[in-house]
Formats: sequence, structure tokens, C-alpha cells
Amino acid sequence: MHLAQMKILVVEDDRETAAYLAKGLNESGYTVDCAKDGREGLFLASSGDYNAMILDRMLPNIDGLAVLGALRTADIGTPALILSALGSVDDRVKGLRAGGDDYLVKPFAFSELLARLEALLRRGAGPATETRLRVADLELDLLTRTVKRHGKSIEVLPREFRLLEYLMRNAGHVVTRTMLLEHVWDYHFDPQTNVIDVHVSRLRQKIDKSFDRPLLHTVRGAGYCLRAPE
Amino acid sequence: MAVEKFQLSPARSWSAPQLLGSARRLVRTHAFRLAVLYFLVFAASVLGVLLFVYWTSANFVERQTEATLDAEITGLAEQYAQRGLSGLIQIVAARSAGDRGDPMVYLVIDPDGKALVGNIAAWPSGVPTRSGWLSFGLERNVSGHSETHPARGRLFAIPGGYRLLVARDISDATAFRGEVRSTLLWAGLIALCIGLVGGTVMSRNMLRRVEQVNRTSERVMTGDLSDRVPVHGTSDEFDQLAANLNRMLDQIERLMTAMREVTDDVAHDLKTPLSRMRSRLERALTDPSGGCGQSEAIRAAIEEADRLLATFNALLSIAELESGALADQSELLDLSEVARSAAELYEPVAEERGFVLVVVAEPGVTVRGDRHLLSQALTNLLDNALKYAGGGEVAIRVFSRDGQALLEVADRGPGIPEADREAVLDRFVRLEPSRTTPGNGLGLSLVRAIVRRHNGSVLLQDNEPGLQVQLRFTVLAS
Repeated sequence: MHLAQMKILVVEDDRETAAYLAKGLNESGYTVDCAKDGREGLFLASSGDYNAMILDRMLPNIDGLAVLGALRTADIGTPALILSALGSVDDRVKGLRAGGDDYLVKPFAFSELLARLEALLRRGAGPATETRLRVADLELDLLTRTVKRHGKSIEVLPREFRLLEYLMRNAGHVVTRTMLLEHVWDYHFDPQTNVIDVHVSRLRQKIDKSFDRPLLHTVRGAGYCLRAPE
Repeated sequence: MAVEKFQLSPARSWSAPQLLGSARRLVRTHAFRLAVLYFLVFAASVLGVLLFVYWTSANFVERQTEATLDAEITGLAEQYAQRGLSGLIQIVAARSAGDRGDPMVYLVIDPDGKALVGNIAAWPSGVPTRSGWLSFGLERNVSGHSETHPARGRLFAIPGGYRLLVARDISDATAFRGEVRSTLLWAGLIALCIGLVGGTVMSRNMLRRVEQVNRTSERVMTGDLSDRVPVHGTSDEFDQLAANLNRMLDQIERLMTAMREVTDDVAHDLKTPLSRMRSRLERALTDPSGGCGQSEAIRAAIEEADRLLATFNALLSIAELESGALADQSELLDLSEVARSAAELYEPVAEERGFVLVVVAEPGVTVRGDRHLLSQALTNLLDNALKYAGGGEVAIRVFSRDGQALLEVADRGPGIPEADREAVLDRFVRLEPSRTTPGNGLGLSLVRAIVRRHNGSVLLQDNEPGLQVQLRFTVLAS
């Protein structure tokens, strides 16, 4: 689907944040609708016309989690990214349990928001029942749990396998360190130590070292991207 | 003023309206109503018991009278059957000849109603000469003057128009009954008085203890957070209430103090980075060269803002944990799994920085808790170890001892002097005076808040050399 056809609903009561989001998303090629409180958000989202929604947690009239609950009860499964100033582990887990698909704590870097939004949109689109992922000559078999590059088998640890799987599912897109922590380790907080970088560089050693063209790239200030060479 | 409302000081001199008002207040109190209710129940039961005693004793005397009469009548009937009328008259005459004090009354009258023989002179006036049970007044001469005594008896028709009266003077029984009645009446009155006094004393006592609670609440509301409800040491419900209220007040006081401390800390520790940010931005604004220097200053300001926000978030998390406002997501957790998962995440970075990360975990050490929070506590400890220890072994140990589940992180770094071990758990406390290592001084505070949330404790010990941080959790018997 072309990006311009992707409709995103932004439910955010702070005018400045809403404008900032709308502008950024428009520049990235999305069509954006804004709702300034829970009631309006619920009304717009009820149409089910949106590919994804960005939902502030604390909203006037109806609280963000209540909006989400109402939508999920009405069987509207529009992927939702919860945006919140509340950042404790408990808040994040609560948001996800309430039916949120992802959670981002304010303040956030726009690149992080975009990466997460894209991941959400892909999750909604791609077939979930694939048993084999492929990026260029890198192959990952979910059934036999083996990794091959250029036909050559690569030994990876179980966690590295999951890390690679997540990167491959999001191939061509930026994934942030926080996204990796959440999806690969199920840690909904950021440790002070940069633990992810070493994991990624170890994985890179295994899948890229003895090959000419690297697949796993570091995106400065944002995260990582696994993509096929041009 | 509200405080005045419950004062029933006896030292005060009472005017009539005051008395009336205090009476009205007394009536409104729960204690008074309870006392009245108890009194009524008490009075009803006392009344019931007394009535029963009276009824049985009176009945007993009456039955005894009738039994005596029946025995007499049976005897006389036998005499009559054997010896006829004349024999009966002889017997009656013989019995009548006895002592005048005898309460028995005999009389045989002829068909005309004239007395033939007996110990009373004539048929008592106004009594119908009908067969069966009779009650009548008996004229008796007692020590010189005549008295009317109550009597009860039976009249029999004898063939030939004669009649026999066998009766008994029941003035003793009546007197006994009267005696019983007045005794019971007095006993009842005394019991009711005791009930009334007891009820009042009880209600006043109760009222006084409720008043103490009220007075303390009033004083706490007006700002004296250190006031407590007196505990009498009787460990009754009021003492329990007082103890619970006092514990509640302790908690409130602790939270208030903590809040004040946090406010002070925030004011103190956030002012510096904020003013630094401000001066940076100001310099950028007035920078004549513009361009590159400005964007560098803005980037630095954003970084500073991010750090500030991270600090705020950490503070909020700690505050939330300490206030106990978190939704409980507790489950039964195997601590060794929490330890292994964190170790797995940290192992590569530890190795790269020259550490050896080891996990020594006893199997089956479980606690009830929130996996995410406990993982966060553990990773905070690992962050600290990697940041301050410089290298060597970092051990994560999970074991149980004395009914406690322990999760321990031990490093081989410089450790923390014993005097500072308690302090580092407080907010914003960092032991380096220069504060060159990045961090906000909230890591261990968050650890402590998480552990306390799980009813556990944090203990810092010497690892000889190094620092050993122990998280201790009470294991509930399964």
C-alpha cells in the first residue's frame, strides 16, 4: 500500500504535541486525522478506517485506556500506539494489557515514534504464519530454528535467533534499542547500560563478518536496520 | 469549633441550656443508644426471671394447701364410710378440740344450716352453701380481737342433708406470697439500678475512648501529625482501633516526610542542570557566529532535557512505588529465572568491559511479585556494578535462608564504606563528590522502592573486597 493511503489517527489533547505529530507524519507521507479528546477519538476510531492510531493516555472526557477498551470491545483492532507521560514499568505493562500494541513514553524522539509506527503497520499487513524469513541471501527457518547465509549454516544462540527474527521481520526499517528490549527480551524499561549494542554487534559478527556485503546496519541516533544491499 | 463538640469535662460548671445540650448530645451518641438497648434487654430478662420465681413459689404454697386439704378429706371420708355420720361428727369434734392456732377449719352443719360440730362457731356469713372449692373470709379471734383471715376449703354434701366443710386458714400463705412479692420487687429494683448505672458507666467509658480518637483526628487535621491515639493496653477492640489508627498515622507521617524530602531534593538537584541548560541556550542565542555552534548548543540542551526528564520519570516511579498506588501484577516468580534472564542480557556487555558475570542460583526459590519490577531492580544493580566496579567477577546469587528468598549482586569493586551504606539508598545520594560518572543517584532508591513494594529489604554488605547488595524477600508458606 502506498504511504499516502495510510491513514493515521492521532488522539492527543495537547495542541502543540498534536501539531508536531501531524506535521512529522505528513512529511513522512501519511494522511493524518487529529482528535483532541477521548470522545472525539473514540468517535473517529469507531469508523475503523484507520491503519493505525496514536493514542495519548491521559485525555479529557474519556481516558486513553478507556477509549482503547471500548474499541477492543467493539472488535475494532486498529493497531494502537500508546503515548504517555507515565513511564514506569507498571504503566507500560498496564497499557499493553489494556489492548495497546505498543507503548512510547513522552518525551520521545520522532524517529523512535516513526520506527514503532511502521513496525505496527507491518504487523497488521504481513502474514504471521510464515515459517521462513529471507533477506537477500540470509535465511531464517522458524521451524528448524536454523540460520543460513548464502547456503552456509550459521550457529546462533536462542536469544540471537529471536533478535535476528525480529530484525528480519522488520527488514528495511529502523528498529530502536527500546523496541528490541521490549520485543526480544520483554523488558519494558531502559537499563542505563547500553546492553543491546553488544548483542547486536555479536550477531553482526556471525551474520556479516565473513561476507562482502553487510546486511545489519547501525542507524546513528536511532537504532538498527537489517536490509538487503542495493 | 468542632473540638468543643465532644468535650464533656466534669470540671466545667453547667448551666441549664448546657446541660440540656449535653443531654441531647448524649442521646444522639451511639454509646447511649447501645446502653439503653442493653438496659432494656437486661430489664426484660430480670422481670422474666422474677415473675417466674414468684409464680412458682406462689403456686407451690397453693398446691401444698390443697394437698393438705385433700389428705384431711380422704381421712374423714374413710371415717364416714366406716362409722357413718355419728362417727364423722365424733372425729370432727375430736379434731376441733385441738389447739386454736391450728390453721385447719372443720364444720358440720345440719340441713337447716345450723352448726353441729366444728372449730368455728357458725357457717361463715355470705358464703353460698354449695358443694366444691370455696374461698372465704374467716373471722378469727387472735389475742383478744377479731380478724378476718383468708381461707380456702371444700364443702361436701353428706346424705341426709348434712354438710361438711373442711378448710384451711391461708393467711400464712398469703403473707408468704406478699413477702416473696416485695422481696422480688426490691431485688428487681436493685438489679435495674445496677443495670442503669452499669450501662451509663459503660456508655460513658465507650464514649470517652471514641472521644479520644476524635480529639486525635482533630489535632492531626489541624496539622499536628505527631499526635497519636492513646492505647490503654487492654488489647480490646478500642485498643486495636487505636493501634491501627496510629499505624495509619505513622504511614501518613512517613509519606509526608518523604514528600517533603523529595521536594527539597528535586529543588536542589534539578536546579543545577536547568540553569546549565539555560545558560547554554542563552549563549547560543547571543553567539555571533551562529550556525554550527548554535545547533551544537541545542543538541546539548536536548540531551540535558532528556536527562532531566529521565530523572523526573525515575522520581515518579519511586514515588508511585512508595505510595503503594501501583496495580498489583504479582505472580509466583522463580528468582533464578529473573536472574538468568538479566544475566543473559548483560553477559555480552559485561564481558566486553572486562567483567566475568556468573549466576549461582538455587532452584525453586520463589517469591510473589512483579517480574518487570524485580527485573528492573536487578538490572539497576548490574548497571551499578558495571559502572563502579571496574572489572572482575560480578556474581548474581539466588538462594533461600531462614525462610527468606535472597537475590544478591556482588562485585569486586571499591565497595561502599560502612558509614555510607544506608545513605546511598536515599534519593540523589551519590558518593563521588565530583559526580563525573553519569547517573542521577536514583538507581538504588528505585531498587529499594521496588523491594519494599514486595515487603522485602535491601542490605548492603562488604564482599571483601567489593560490594554485595542483598535483596531479601519473605517467602510465604505455600
